[in-house]
Amino acid sequence: MKPTPRSQAPFGVGSTRGPLTRLVAWVDERFPLTRTIEDHGTKYYAPKNVNFWYLMGALSLVVLVMQLLTGLWLTMSYVPTGDGAFASVEYIMRDVEHGDLIRLAHSTGASALFAVVYLHMFRGLAYGSYRKPRELLWLIGMAIYLVLMAEGFFGYLLPWGNMSYWAGQVIVSLVGAIPFIGEGLMEWVRGDYGISDITLNRFFALHVVALPIALIGLVFVHIVALHHVGSNNPDGIEIKDHKDDKGVPLDGIPFHPYCTVHDFQATVAFLFIFCAIMFFVPEMFGYFLEKPNFEQADPLKTPDVIAPVWYYTPFYSMLRATTFPMFGLDAKFWGLVVMGTAILMPAMLPWLDRSPVKSMRYKGLLSKAMLALLVVSLFVLGYLGTIHTTDLTTAIAQVFTLIYFAYFVLMPWYTRVEKTKTPPERVT
Amino acid sequence: MTKAIVAGMAFLLAGISAQGATTDVELEAMKPNLRDFPSLQRGMTLYVNYCLGCHSLKFQRYERTADDLGIPHDVALGNLVFPGRARPAGMDGAAIGDLMQTAMPLERAKAWFGKPPPDLTMVDRVRGTAWIYNMLKGFYVDPTRPFGVNNRVFENIGMPHVLAGLQGVQRRVEMRPKSLDLLDGLDTLVRKRADGGYAKMATAADDSPATEDRLIRQPLVKYEVDPGTGSMSAAEFDQAAYDIANFLHYVGDPGRLERRQMGVWVLVFLAGLFVLATLLNREYHKDLHER
Repeated sequence: MKPTPRSQAPFGVGSTRGPLTRLVAWVDERFPLTRTIEDHGTKYYAPKNVNFWYLMGALSLVVLVMQLLTGLWLTMSYVPTGDGAFASVEYIMRDVEHGDLIRLAHSTGASALFAVVYLHMFRGLAYGSYRKPRELLWLIGMAIYLVLMAEGFFGYLLPWGNMSYWAGQVIVSLVGAIPFIGEGLMEWVRGDYGISDITLNRFFALHVVALPIALIGLVFVHIVALHHVGSNNPDGIEIKDHKDDKGVPLDGIPFHPYCTVHDFQATVAFLFIFCAIMFFVPEMFGYFLEKPNFEQADPLKTPDVIAPVWYYTPFYSMLRATTFPMFGLDAKFWGLVVMGTAILMPAMLPWLDRSPVKSMRYKGLLSKAMLALLVVSLFVLGYLGTIHTTDLTTAIAQVFTLIYFAYFVLMPWYTRVEKTKTPPERVT
Repeated sequence: MTKAIVAGMAFLLAGISAQGATTDVELEAMKPNLRDFPSLQRGMTLYVNYCLGCHSLKFQRYERTADDLGIPHDVALGNLVFPGRARPAGMDGAAIGDLMQTAMPLERAKAWFGKPPPDLTMVDRVRGTAWIYNMLKGFYVDPTRPFGVNNRVFENIGMPHVLAGLQGVQRRVEMRPKSLDLLDGLDTLVRKRADGGYAKMATAADDSPATEDRLIRQPLVKYEVDPGTGSMSAAEFDQAAYDIANFLHYVGDPGRLERRQMGVWVLVFLAGLFVLATLLNREYHKDLHER
């Protein structure tokens, strides 16, 4: 006799009406427990051909939860004042029981979250996950990314180190580049004439209350939208097009247990890398924690190089590469425009991609080359954003900024003219 | 007039705040060792006796330091713990749980040095251990400076050479060789390479041929201690400087050693868990092939 597939008895409840079964039945009459588990787990069907890149979504959620928990514990000992912030971080590092682990998990986690989110977004670009019917799913994801950037920026000020202070100063001063209202707006954002105690307080409030709530809400909506349209897959075809007589996609597998058990394996592998960094090289050679940030904020002493953390540096490079005034407006203002547009550009993708196929597997050479160039440009700009500018680096940054924009602006053209392959009927 | 005063003040401020602007001085390599407890204990002893008078370690506590370095509390209290200025009035002596504050009154420190000597809890994380080691060894006589000394790695340093009693009086000797022939005698600084070129010892790895121009333009410098002026030999003082730098490396992040020890076990656990997770994943995915 063939054993019952585990997927049909996910909780080992069986047919006998034990106390657990009766409890579940009691709850089900009052709350859609079994239905929710089925709709989003045991009877939610994911494509069977998903690969490595599809693990990043689950990992993003894992790191987000880690950030919420470590952040909660940091808040218990952190003092959000100009006098107390820096000392309280050192207090956490030295006097709080295992406080160094909590703090370093949070600082490593910030970089880890951006790392997995960037890989998650790359997956979207490669397999066309933004295409119909997933446009809204993609836009919600972009909103998450924007909130995440704000969350990271506000959090970066909180240790009140010298780089916190000066990076905050530089980024907030960008607001001042907006014509006419800039100066007043900048003061309104800071709540003071410079970055001060008041700024630190409001950044703290935004970082620990407002933005986490927004993030959790958006992530929830992101998952609801995903489960409505279903996951894309490396072939970029819809598994819902081929169902059996019960309405189950032929190329689908139940999310639980088959994807969850795979996600669990990925999570353990991820934690191995994460812990290797956190326990042994938490500064990550100055890329996760920068040297100047081990000195308390000092308005009279500028660090040698003011640079944001690595996950912002590609866009910071674009800002610095914009060196010419136009229409009587400052170069700084246009830098802000270029940076903002660059960050928002991916949101346009669903309407820029005119290819008959979704996945990079079946797109032509031009699409592949452009995606490769995009990745190269982000790495080059990312590196340039961490070093001093010279005429040469500015020129290189300008070229790669153009390449970055070319990926998006030329997409309607190159996705139409290139020769594509025909995707298979069923997933491979 | 007002403008002149403002300009003058700005100039002074610039001078003060440009502390140790990154120099291109080559640093002698120095590798800290957090498992070398005798070195860390000697480092702490030297620090509290020679440095703590001016430089606080205000985020670090005596108790944790003593525990981490294996110093019994009564030994620490009797020899290493000094009451800092931050103790509440009316409390005598010092407690093992105190932060490592300096006793120097803040107002007087400002009057004496222009600004209070900086706290050094985090100096290792900002400058690096090798920098501290070289800086401690880098003091030399310079009559143009207010305290009579300058520093090889920290130009125009605003403090006296506190360890002079140990190291002795160090002088900076400049040599300007007129031609390459003269360099042969200075074999401590310049080495004639097999291919006939010259290389500075400190940059022996530098493959570019050392041209005559380059060598003559760079004044060759050596530092010499007047014999008999210090209580320690050169090797002993090197060790003392190493111990202090090593101690400050510990203070910069006291949890480092424990994290490394714990981290190994965490990684071993995760590796084991990964094997189980992989087997579990494989077991479940067998179902899919049976279908």
